Parts: sequence; structure tokens; C-alpha cells
Amino acid sequence: MVPPDLRYTKEHEWARLDGDLATVGITAHAAELLGDIVFVDLPEVGRTVAQFGAFGVVESVKAVSDLFAPIGGEVVETNAALAGQPELVNGDPYGDGWMVRIRLADPAQLDALLDATAYDALVAAG
Amino acid sequence: MTDQAGPLPTPLVERHRALGARLIDFAGWLMPVQYTSILEEHRAVRERAGLFDLTHMGELFVEGPEAAAGLAHALVTDPPSLAVGRAHYSMIVAGDGGILDDLIVYRLARDSFLVVANASNAAVVSDALVERLDGFRAILDDRTLATALVAVQGPAAVAILRPLTTVDLGALRYYAIAEGEVAGVPGLVARTGYTGEDGFEVFVDAARGVELWDALAAAGVPHGIAPVGLGARDTLRLEAGMPLYGNELDRATNPFEAGLGRVVKLARAGDFVGRAALEKAAAAGPAKRLVGLVVRGRGIARHGYPVWRGDRRTGVVTSGTQSPTLGVPIAMAYVAPGDAVPGTMLDVEIRAGRVAAEVVPLPFYTRSR
Repeated sequence: MVPPDLRYTKEHEWARLDGDLATVGITAHAAELLGDIVFVDLPEVGRTVAQFGAFGVVESVKAVSDLFAPIGGEVVETNAALAGQPELVNGDPYGDGWMVRIRLADPAQLDALLDATAYDALVAAG
Repeated sequence: MTDQAGPLPTPLVERHRALGARLIDFAGWLMPVQYTSILEEHRAVRERAGLFDLTHMGELFVEGPEAAAGLAHALVTDPPSLAVGRAHYSMIVAGDGGILDDLIVYRLARDSFLVVANASNAAVVSDALVERLDGFRAILDDRTLATALVAVQGPAAVAILRPLTTVDLGALRYYAIAEGEVAGVPGLVARTGYTGEDGFEVFVDAARGVELWDALAAAGVPHGIAPVGLGARDTLRLEAGMPLYGNELDRATNPFEAGLGRVVKLARAGDFVGRAALEKAAAAGPAKRLVGLVVRGRGIARHGYPVWRGDRRTGVVTSGTQSPTLGVPIAMAYVAPGDAVPGTMLDVEIRAGRVAAEVVPLPFYTRSR
């Protein structure tokens, strides 16, 4: 079961809402599929991302995967710790492995995201 | 091996499943890509020992009074010069000098050789050998499907294998092979590998593969042995600077370009397939050179990424990853010969940007002896 208080994308990112800020990362399922994460490429603070647009890249030993923004808006913070410790994404995907904080451009975009029950069903369906 | 039936399981597939392996179709075989974590498996081999199922490799036995002469005609090396019980790294090339596969050739007896081919090329090599041995008093026996191959690699490999085998491991040198038993299973024990560590490859009948695997796994427990999948096999060989067919080697590349000209024995007497083309290639010098790169900026160079020197595109990355042992991104790449000198600063095109990378000597990693 994934954390019930988050919203999810079909591409396995999560968003945690706090006022008009969304903290964004990838799910434990995604981290597991990727395997050992060795590099995370994040956007610069101040950049604007579109909902479901690519905002960065995560690389495991074997593969490169795009990161898609669950929500559109301005990137106000990135997780600097991932530069030196990308393995935080594997170890604590919903906590210390967070990636960016985005200031929501349009709260209505949240309706396009999955809740925990729907995301669990997506993962279970393979 | 029909496509309709799906990838072929090795005799060890139930062991892999029980260990929680992620299985993939690799060259028509259902193979473990990782059991726990590529990084953990990689470290196990560097620090302790790893256990590998390599049953997908092609085992081609060439036997007969003219087996040595036939192989000398078929390959770029000089198999007749091999002492019984010794092995060498070899290649089979097309008439134009392009590499069909890289191989290990073991001399089992005066008139008996074992040629080990990559899984992805086993059928091509088998067919080419049949054709090239025509006219020689030698036969090819393709025992790929009848043979299980299990490797133990890492600093603890000797300690794990010694109590199990009748083979005198002290007398078994690097690139040597001996007949004997491992845990009561008769087979061939070779001191070869693809990891940059000391270790052994054990060939047995497919029906005895599980017995062999279980015995090695059990004997390895006190030494911290870990099962290792194809993912870590790739990072291990890359650190060791060893080429992978399909990445560094292919039909469009000759051995000189791959930095493996020493493998080609042009000085020996007699013709072999590709000789004329390789003599020309040797005289002309390579059009590209394989180099090692260490990425100095942020990013990981991957297979297919372009390599630049200033505004001039000089080549392409063939393999790349984050080196688990060195902690920096490493890669192999083909570049123009003039850009192949260690210390040269190049750029790798990574997505939208260019990231600095330095040419370094291969291998990236050498074990302490």
C-alpha cells in the first residue's frame, strides 16, 4: 500500500500537497523497478514545468528514465542531497528521496492525478 | 530454440526464481539480470565472490586429427600453438575483417578444442565453423544445449572451489583448463572469467547443473558468495575494460580498431579467413580507436551518445555506466585516432548538453594481486 495522503501519476511520480506547494518524487514501485539509482538530474530553481512535462532524469546502473511533473508550476526548491546521495531515492522514496518542490500554477490540475487506491490498482494490474 | 516457445530456460531457472531474480530474454535465453541489486552483486564479486549462471554461452567442441589446423584456418589466432590444457582469447572474423564474435579457445587434448562463443552469436559461430572446417579432418559438436556453465568469480573463488574439486587449483594457471570433478559432478574447470577478478568457469552436463550450482552456493556461504546476474556482469566487465560484442565489437569493426590487434597473429604461416583484409587494415592503421573515458562533469555517458572534440564529432560511446568501484561515470567509446591519447579532453553529448570527459587508459580497474 502506498502512502494514502499523496497523489500519483501513471508514470509513477508522487506529489505531496502543502498549501500551494507540491513536493514531488518517484514511488517505491518505480525505484524498485529502476534498481540502484546512481544519478538524478533536476531542473534549476525558477524554471517552470508543465503538468506531465519532463522535468528531469533519473538514472540507474542500467537505465535512463525521464521524470514527469505531476503538477505544473514553478520549481521553488530541489533536493540538493541527491547530487551526492542518489541512493536516497531507493532508500526513502517518499521522504529523503524527494526531488523537487513546485508552486502550483493551477490547483484544478490535481484532479488529473490518481489517489492512492487508484495508483495501487495501477501497480497491481502491472 | 523457436521464437514461438519463448526464451529458453537454463537448468537453473528455478534456482533463480527462488532467489527472487528478475528474469529477461537475453539472446533467446531466460536469464537473471539481477537478484537483489546490481551494486551489491558487483561489490560481492570485487570483495568476496559471485556465482554466475552462464549456460547461455555457446560451447562448441572441435575434434579430430586436423582440429588445430581447421581452427587455424577459421580464427585469427594460432590454436595449434596452444599447449594442451591452455586457452587463449580469440576472434572469428568475416572475409572483410569485420568481427563475427570474440571467443575463448581451450585446448582439451591434442585433437580436441573447446570454443566458447557469446550467446548472441553462438549460432553464427557454429555455422561459420562448420563451413570453415569443411575439408579438414575435424568435426564440430555444438553442445550448447547439453552444457551448463557456472562461474565463481572473486577473491574468495579459490577458497570456495578448492574443497569441492579434484582439480589442483594451485597448478591451474590463468587461462588454463582441466578435467575433473566439482562436488562429484564431472566436468571441465577453467580459470577464466569476465569480471577482472580471479575465478573459475565450470562446464558440466546440463542435467547436473543444479547439483553444481547448489554445491558452489552452499560452499560459498561462509565466504559471503552472492548470485550475480547479467547487470553486474556488464558493470564488472566494463570496469575491467573488456569488450562486449554488440557494444565494442561488431561486424563493422576490425580487431585493430578495438585495440585487440595483438590477438591477430599475422606473423604466423598459413592463410585464415579475413587474413588479407586484416593485413591491409594493419598496414593502413585503424580508422577509429577504442578508448576509455571518465566523465568529469555531471552525467552518465551511455551507449550511442555522440562524442565531440570541440565542434568536431569524433565518435560515439559504446558502453557506459556509473562505476560501482570507482564512484565516477566511466565509458568506452570509439573516437578518431588523433583523439585517443590519454589525457585528451573530449565532450560527451548527454541529452541537450555537453559534458566533459577525459580519455584514460584501459582498464579502469585492475585487481590487486
